[in-house]
Amino acid sequence: MDQSQTTLPRRFKVVGQRKRRPDGIDKVTGRARFGADMTMPGMLWGLVLRSPHAHARIRSIDSSKAEALPGVKAVVTGADFNGERNDVSINCMAGDKALYDGHAVAAVAATSRQAARQALKLIEVDYEVLPHVTDVDAAMKPGAPVIREDLITAGVEPVPTKPSNVAARHEIGKGDVEKGFAEADLIVEQSFRTEATHQGYIEPHACVASVSPDGSAELWVCTQGHFMVRNVCAALLGLDSAQLRVTASEIGGGFGGKTTVFVEPVALALSRKANRPVKIQMTRSEVFRATGPTASSSIDCKIGLTKDGRITAAQAELRYQGGAFKGAGADFGAMAIFTPYDIENVKAVAWDVVTNRPKLAAYRAPGAPMAAFAAESTLDEAARRLGMDPLELRLKNAAREGTKAAYGPTFPRIGLASCLEAIGNSAHYRTPLGPNQGRGLACGFWFNFGGETCTTINVNKDGTVGLSVGTPDIGGSRASMCAMAAEELGIPYEKVRTVIADTASLGYNDVTDGSRVTFSSGLCTIQAARQAIQRLCQRAALMWGIDAEAVVWEDGHAKPAGPNAGKFEPLSLAEIAAASANTGGPIAGHHEVNAEGAGVSFGVHLCDLEVDRETGSVRVVRYTAAQDAGKAVNPDYVEGQMQGGSAQGIGWALNEGYVYGDDGRLQNAGFLDYRIPVASDLPMIDALIVEEPNPGHPYGVRGVGETSIVPPLAAVGNALRDALGVRLTETPMAPPRVLAALAAAAE
Amino acid sequence: MTVTVTTTINGDAEEFVCEADETLLDVLRDHLGLTGSKEGCATGDCGACSVMLDGRLVCSCLVLAAEAEGRQVETIEGMARGRELHPLQQKFLDAAALQCGICTPGFLVAAKALLERNPDPSETEVRYWLAGNLCRCTGYDKIVRAVLETAADMKSADMKSAGMKSAGMRSA
Ligand code: FES
Ligand code: FES
Repeated sequence: MDQSQTTLPRRFKVVGQRKRRPDGIDKVTGRARFGADMTMPGMLWGLVLRSPHAHARIRSIDSSKAEALPGVKAVVTGADFNGERNDVSINCMAGDKALYDGHAVAAVAATSRQAARQALKLIEVDYEVLPHVTDVDAAMKPGAPVIREDLITAGVEPVPTKPSNVAARHEIGKGDVEKGFAEADLIVEQSFRTEATHQGYIEPHACVASVSPDGSAELWVCTQGHFMVRNVCAALLGLDSAQLRVTASEIGGGFGGKTTVFVEPVALALSRKANRPVKIQMTRSEVFRATGPTASSSIDCKIGLTKDGRITAAQAELRYQGGAFKGAGADFGAMAIFTPYDIENVKAVAWDVVTNRPKLAAYRAPGAPMAAFAAESTLDEAARRLGMDPLELRLKNAAREGTKAAYGPTFPRIGLASCLEAIGNSAHYRTPLGPNQGRGLACGFWFNFGGETCTTINVNKDGTVGLSVGTPDIGGSRASMCAMAAEELGIPYEKVRTVIADTASLGYNDVTDGSRVTFSSGLCTIQAARQAIQRLCQRAALMWGIDAEAVVWEDGHAKPAGPNAGKFEPLSLAEIAAASANTGGPIAGHHEVNAEGAGVSFGVHLCDLEVDRETGSVRVVRYTAAQDAGKAVNPDYVEGQMQGGSAQGIGWALNEGYVYGDDGRLQNAGFLDYRIPVASDLPMIDALIVEEPNPGHPYGVRGVGETSIVPPLAAVGNALRDALGVRLTETPMAPPRVLAALAAAAE
Repeated sequence: MTVTVTTTINGDAEEFVCEADETLLDVLRDHLGLTGSKEGCATGDCGACSVMLDGRLVCSCLVLAAEAEGRQVETIEGMARGRELHPLQQKFLDAAALQCGICTPGFLVAAKALLERNPDPSETEVRYWLAGNLCRCTGYDKIVRAVLETAADMKSADMKSAGMKSAGMRSA
C-alpha cells in the first residue's frame, strides 16, 4: 500500500462540513460522564493535605490520630511512593521538603467526605519553615534562597560549582546580531513582565482508582493522555503497565493542564493501601494552588530596523520561572519569539528558573504568549516610530515558504502572509474607532506537534464502522475523526462511531497536546481506513473471483477495474462486510506512526478596546482572529479553538494573574479573585479561517488548538497603547496599572 | 447530624437522608446519581451547578440540601421532554455552542431561566444574564449566538402557532 501522503487538491464530501458532534447529545442532557461523575462499589473518598508554607523542611508526619478515626481506611505520604522518585513524583507528594504553598504532603481515604475532612485535621506535620522566593528576577539574584540544593545550572561554561535557582541557559540564533544592529536606522529596546496564569479549565482534576490485591488496577480519570497516566503512575508506584488499565473520562477542559498527573498516583496509592476503590476530586482552590499554572516571565527585547521597515536584527533575553522544578519552558519562548519574521540576525537567550511556586504545566502554546507579548509590542513601537502601518510592517518581514527560522527548520508552505491579508481585508480593519478606543495588531506562532499515535478501524457486518483512537477528545475531535474516516471510506458520517479506547484496548498514544489530535490521529485514521479499503477490495475480488489488483475503491464501493471494468455490479462496504464470514472473517484496518510533518501554525489578531480613563477599566469592543488551519475538518470547532484561545489570551492580558503575598502564599486561589473573562466582558470574536494546506497531512490539516492564545497579549497591549498614548509592559494590564500609566504620562 | 428531606426533583417525588451541612449539589450528585449538575468551584463563582429551585435560578453548591424540603428542584436531567430536546439543547448542539461541555448543563439551565422571563433578550442582556456561568473553552461567542437564535426561533414558532390558533402545543 502507498503510505505516502498526498495533498492533491480534492473535492471533500464530509471534511469541511459543520457536522454535529457525536458526543454532543450526552453533553446537552447531562448524561456525559466526566472525571468526577464516576462511582464504584465500596468506594472511599480521598483528600489531600497540603503545605501552608511556601518552603519548609518536613521534619516528621504523624498520622496515628487520623488513622484511629472511625471510617478512615488509609493514610499515605511520600514514603508510599515506592517507584521512581522523580520530579513528577515529588510534585504529587512531597519528600523531605514542601516546595510551595499547596504542595501535597499526605492524603487520606475514608468512608465519607466528612470523615476524610476530619482526618486531614488530625494529621500532624512538623515543619521547619525556610526562606522562600516566588519572583523570577528575585530568584536569580545572588543571595536569593536556594530552593533546590542539588540544582546546578545547565548550559553554561564553566559549569558552576554551587547550586542556584537557575536551572538552565539556552541560546537560539543565527547570523550576527551586532552586524545587524549596526545596519539598523532605528533600534527599539523594551522590557516586559508577565504574571503566571492558570489554564482555568472548569472541571477540577478528578479520578477513581481501584487496585486489587493481585496488583491489577483500574483508573478512571479526566486527562489529556490516559496512556501517559498509565505509564507515569506505573513507574511512580512500581506497578506493571499491563496491569494498570486507564480509561479516559469525558474531559472538562485541559488546555495543557491535564498533560501530567497530580492526584492519580495518590488515589492509586490510597486504594492499594485501603484495598478499596478511592475517588479524589480536587477543590477549585487546590486546582489553583497545586496544579499547573504557566510560567511567569521577564523579557528584554531589542529590534533593529531600516528606515523602510526591514528588520535587520532581533535579540531577546527571556527569564521564566516555572515553579519549584526545572523546565520553565523559556527555551520554547526563545525558539518562538521572532519566528513569524524572516530576519537574518537573531539571538535569543533563555533562562529557566525555579521558585517556590507550583510546578508549571503546559498551557496552550506554552512559553510563546509571553514571548510574543515582548516581540509584538516592540515591533508595534517600531512601526509607530517609523510612521508605518503595523500590518504593512509585518507583511514586509513576514516569514514565508523558504524562510529559515532561527530555531532550525526551513518552512514549507505556511500561512502567515495569508492571515495578515485576511485581517487587512476584514471589515473590522476598516471600522473607524470611537472616542477612547484603540486598535492593536499582533502575530503569533506555534510549532505544532505530531507524535506517537495509533488507531484501529473495525468494519461491522451492517456496514457501520467503529473507530478506536487513543487521544482524549477535548474539543470535538471525535467529530473530526468520524468525518475523516467517512471521507476516506466513502460512507456517511453517521455510519462511523469513534470511541476513545482505554489503555488495554489500543497501543500507546501520546497525550492530546501540541495541537496534534486532528493532525496525528486524523492522519492515522485516514491510513487505517486505507488499509481497511485495501482489504475490502481483496474481499470483493474474492467474491468476484478476480485479481485484487483489478479492484478499485470509489464512493464507498469496490468496483472492478482494468480488463474487468463494468463486468460486475459495484459492491458497497455494507455488502462486502455482510459477506465477510465467507471471505476470511472480520475486516479491520490499523495504523501506527510517530507522526512527523505537523506543519507550523500562524495567527494574526486584531483587537479594538475602549478605556474608561476615570476607572482604568478596559473593555474589548471588537476582536478578529485569523489563523491558518491547513484544512478545517470541522469549521465550527476550528472557530471554537480560535475564539476560546483569544478569550483566554484577553484574560491573561487584562485580568488574570497569580498574586503571591510576602508569606509566599497564593492570595487568589478561587474564581472570585482570579477572574477569568465572563460573557459580559467580551464581544463576539470573529474567526477568519485561512487554509494553506499542510504538505505533511493527507488532507492538508494543521493543528489549530494553541496558536490562538499567542497574539492576544500583544494585540491588547498594542490597542491599549493606541488608546492611552502610553505603553503598558506588564500583565495583567488591570485598572490600577492603566491608571498608574495615565498618571505617569500626565506628569 | 442527618436530616430527612422530602422534595420534588424534575417532577418526581424524592426522599433522601443527608448531613445537615451537605449542599444540594453534593446530594444531587453523590446521593441521587444526578451528575449532570457539575462542580466547578463550590463557591458560587462558576455556575456549573445551576439548577432551578421553585422557579428561581440558583447555584446548587450554595444551597443546603435541607433547603429543598417541600420545594421543586429542576436540573439539567429534566430539561428534555423524554427524547425531545428543549430548543436550547437542540440549538447548542446544532450551533456548536460547546467544546468540552462541562459548563453546558449550567449554561442551559441558566439560559432557559432567562428566556422564560425575557423571551426576546438583547445580546447585552444575554451576556449579563450569563455572566455567572464560566466557560473557558468557547469565548462565549457561539453560546451567546445560540441563546439569541433560540429566542428568535421560539418567537417565530410562537407567532406561527398563535396564527394557527393551536396554543398549548409546546410548554415554554
Ligand atoms: S460549583 Fe456552584 S457555582 Fe461553581
Ligand atoms: S465548553 Fe468547556 S468550559 Fe465551556
